[in-house]
Amino acid sequence: MFEWLSDNRALVASIIIILCLLSFLVTVLIGLRANFIRPDKEVFGDPERTKGGWYWAICGISALLLIWFYFSWGVGRAYFPDAANEMCQVAKIEEAISPITASLPVNSRYYKSTSLVKRNIEQLDELAREIRLFDYAPDQQSQLLAVIKDIENILASLSNPAFLKAETQKEIDFISNELIFLAEKFDQEYLSFVISSDALLQDPWGTSDVEIPMLPQTKRGIMYDQMSLDVKSLSKRFLKLRHFPEISKVLIEETKEKLTDLKNGLDETSLDEVNQIKLAGFIKYTDRIFKRVDDGNIFPPGVLEEVTASSNYFLGQLDESKGTLALIDIFFLPGQGVVKSKTQCTEQGSARWLPKPTDVVAKFVVLANPNIEAGGGYKGFPLLWWEWVSIGNLVGFFVPDIFVDLLVENYSEHLESGTFEPNFYDKMLFFAQGELNLGYIPFPNGHIWDSLVRVIVAMFFGIILGVPLGIYMGISKFFKSFFDPLIELYRPVPPLAWAPLILTIFGIQDDGKIFLLFMVAFAIMVISARTGASGTQLSKIRASHSLGATNGQILRYVILPNALPEILTGVRISIGVCWGTLVAAEMLAGTTGVGFIENVARTVSDYELIWVTILIMGLLGLFFDIVMRILIARLIPWRGKG
Amino acid sequence: MSSLECKNVSMTFLNPQSKTTVDALSDINFSLKKGELLAVLGPSGCGKTTLLNMIAGFLEPTKGNIFLGDEKITGPGLERGMVFQQGALFEWLSVEKNVDFGLRMKKKVSVEGNAALVEKWLDIVGLKGFGKTPIYQLSGGMQQRVALARCLINDPEVILMDEPLGALDALTREKMQSLILDLWKRTGKTVMIITHSVEEALLLGERLFVMAPRPGRIHKEYRLPFAEAGLSKSLREIKKEAEFSEVREEILSMIWDMEEEIMGLV
Ligand SMILES: Nc1ncnc2c1ncn2[C@@H]1O[C@H](COP(=O)(O)OP(=O)(O)OP(=O)(O)O)[C@@H](O)[C@H]1O
Ligand SMILES: [Mg+2]
Repeated sequence: MFEWLSDNRALVASIIIILCLLSFLVTVLIGLRANFIRPDKEVFGDPERTKGGWYWAICGISALLLIWFYFSWGVGRAYFPDAANEMCQVAKIEEAISPITASLPVNSRYYKSTSLVKRNIEQLDELAREIRLFDYAPDQQSQLLAVIKDIENILASLSNPAFLKAETQKEIDFISNELIFLAEKFDQEYLSFVISSDALLQDPWGTSDVEIPMLPQTKRGIMYDQMSLDVKSLSKRFLKLRHFPEISKVLIEETKEKLTDLKNGLDETSLDEVNQIKLAGFIKYTDRIFKRVDDGNIFPPGVLEEVTASSNYFLGQLDESKGTLALIDIFFLPGQGVVKSKTQCTEQGSARWLPKPTDVVAKFVVLANPNIEAGGGYKGFPLLWWEWVSIGNLVGFFVPDIFVDLLVENYSEHLESGTFEPNFYDKMLFFAQGELNLGYIPFPNGHIWDSLVRVIVAMFFGIILGVPLGIYMGISKFFKSFFDPLIELYRPVPPLAWAPLILTIFGIQDDGKIFLLFMVAFAIMVISARTGASGTQLSKIRASHSLGATNGQILRYVILPNALPEILTGVRISIGVCWGTLVAAEMLAGTTGVGFIENVARTVSDYELIWVTILIMGLLGLFFDIVMRILIARLIPWRGKG
Repeated sequence: MSSLECKNVSMTFLNPQSKTTVDALSDINFSLKKGELLAVLGPSGCGKTTLLNMIAGFLEPTKGNIFLGDEKITGPGLERGMVFQQGALFEWLSVEKNVDFGLRMKKKVSVEGNAALVEKWLDIVGLKGFGKTPIYQLSGGMQQRVALARCLINDPEVILMDEPLGALDALTREKMQSLILDLWKRTGKTVMIITHSVEEALLLGERLFVMAPRPGRIHKEYRLPFAEAGLSKSLREIKKEAEFSEVREEILSMIWDMEEEIMGLV
């Protein structure tokens, strides 16, 4: 069932999108009608006006989903499942022609040759100016200036059209004619092409690791694919073009020798160290510019004009041939379209980092599958499931060994017979260490469970220790003054600032994270319990004294319940803060947890996984908050009504 | 027979910020016999609450002593019940849990006995059937009835009330005044009630102290017949009597003069 849905996600998405669109339109109509029938007569600013309006909620959700579908290219994929494949074939042509266009002012302002000459001349001028100021070694100075003059001469010789070899010109003509010839072929009849069976067997767009299928799946796609091969061989010929007239070659050899002489003569100068280094720097820089001129393929002006014109013509024809595909590209695949890199075609723009809603759900279902062998879970650990756990281990986890140490008088010693007979205390120790076989019970496990346990354990200790301390701080001078500085010293530090220290001390296992969260929860619980306790009305305290309550009873029956609203608010806040801190702490260290998944997803740029973890964390945070809201409504119905 | 006695009681507050002292009360002497109902009246700031808090044991007088019978008062105790103006009920408990709070703290009476007592007192204060209602769902008048029941169920010798009806509307107030008179008669307790309303003081006070400020002292003392009469007649009738309005006018002008004096001093 799920597999079918997963394989046909374009279809699923297209149905969902239509439903979203319908519900958006219907709810807008309902909303407008409601305002029309019973116009908002209440005074502006009256909070009563916010009541009701479920249809606007549905409207908002539909709009959000639609926006998500649109910018993740979900709409494009749902209704034009072949578009990306065809765009990929076009991208192949763009990739194939890029070596030619890179030399031309097609996607840039200048010819590549022009840019090279311009840059080299500028740098040479600058260098010559500096060298003229350097008059500590007149010999080297004049030699260097001569080399610079030489390089300028090389540039001049390369740029002179008179030195262009006839065969080079012929090759350029050929390439440019061939481009025009190819451009005409966009019009050709391609309906006779047969789609290869390999192409048909490819996974559909977005269902496997390869984002967009590479082999052409449409007849027009085949035409583009073949065109890209032709263009590629043409590009190869273009890349083989060389322009090095004899005169330039001679100049280059001469200059190279001069530079070698300069380098060799460096040690024999009578310069001090600072100037020696400076001179060496000049030589090195000159050498670098020279090498660039030597390597760079600089063509005389005007030579490539023809190729530019035919390239532009070719690209224009390509655009024209796209027809509806261009419209789909503009309206349904927002961003920079499909780009082909060496091995794959990828979505560019918002779709690159915003996975489609259906893909996120599919990813989540894969993660949520508890069957590890079938590829479920993450890194060999389920998201949220259960396992058989030895009761002995659980007991060992909860009962610290030290309890037994406190009990014990003596553990037994090995016997003369060379054996060991455990006594009662030894057996207790086995018990506390979880080595006793007490049978097995099902117990939750998984990444989400691990994260939850960390928060819950930390909250438990935070409440157990924080609330009593907070209450005493609210009513006792000693407790207030003694503990206030301690808590105020560590509390304002952002929890994550503690993380590196705590995780180093306690290790990357659960202890460190739980302690970190405990610190967070403890401070918040202390402060809220304290506020609650110190806010007890004096008349309540006095009344209970008059009713014969002892100090302990007042604490238990008056101050504690009176502080309960503040305490529960504290719990709500600290769960939120703990949750945020936990995720970050899991990113820093550890091998399980939701934050861990997201961190790994980040390192491998798995955007779908990142979004899945974000959604999981959001939903769990929401879950905590709802639970707390229900608890608060149940436990303190009198709040705000006193 | 234990009476309440104040002997040379003075109270001086030290204001820690301005290092000045306030003579809230100076040299108060009076004695209240068992079963008497004392109303205390006076302009704001004349030390009424301070006096009551000292009798309740929440404050210690800087000079003088207070006795209940033969025992000197050193702190709050069960034999002196308090009823506050408002906000002293426990919102997190139901009406019955509020009422039997004192009993539960003692843990002497059996649980069944508790329930019966609570029933009885709720009936007396007119809250029958409200036992399970949470406090925050009650009106102001009903809350003060709960406060009365909570205090009386402990069977104190003296009942101290600091403006118990101050926050109620006129109609509820009148009903509560009748209730207080009724309870006084029924239980025969010693009652001390502080009020801002001259009418209320006249209606409820078998004895009446009019206090004067700076320093706080008892300015004039009355013995009035209206409380006794109120047990048989309707309070509205009493208010119409010529004698009632005469005393009322007298006290009103007295307090008015005091207020003028304060204004003059300030
Ligand atoms: N804790 C305190 N510290 C300093 N001064 C105090 C304190 N409590 C009361 N006072 C002062 O003692 C005086 C008497 O106060 P008290 O509250 O007894 O007046 P009151 O008669 O009850 O007034 P009201 O009718 O407004 O309730 C006032 O001047 C007040 O400023
Ligand atoms: Mg007062």
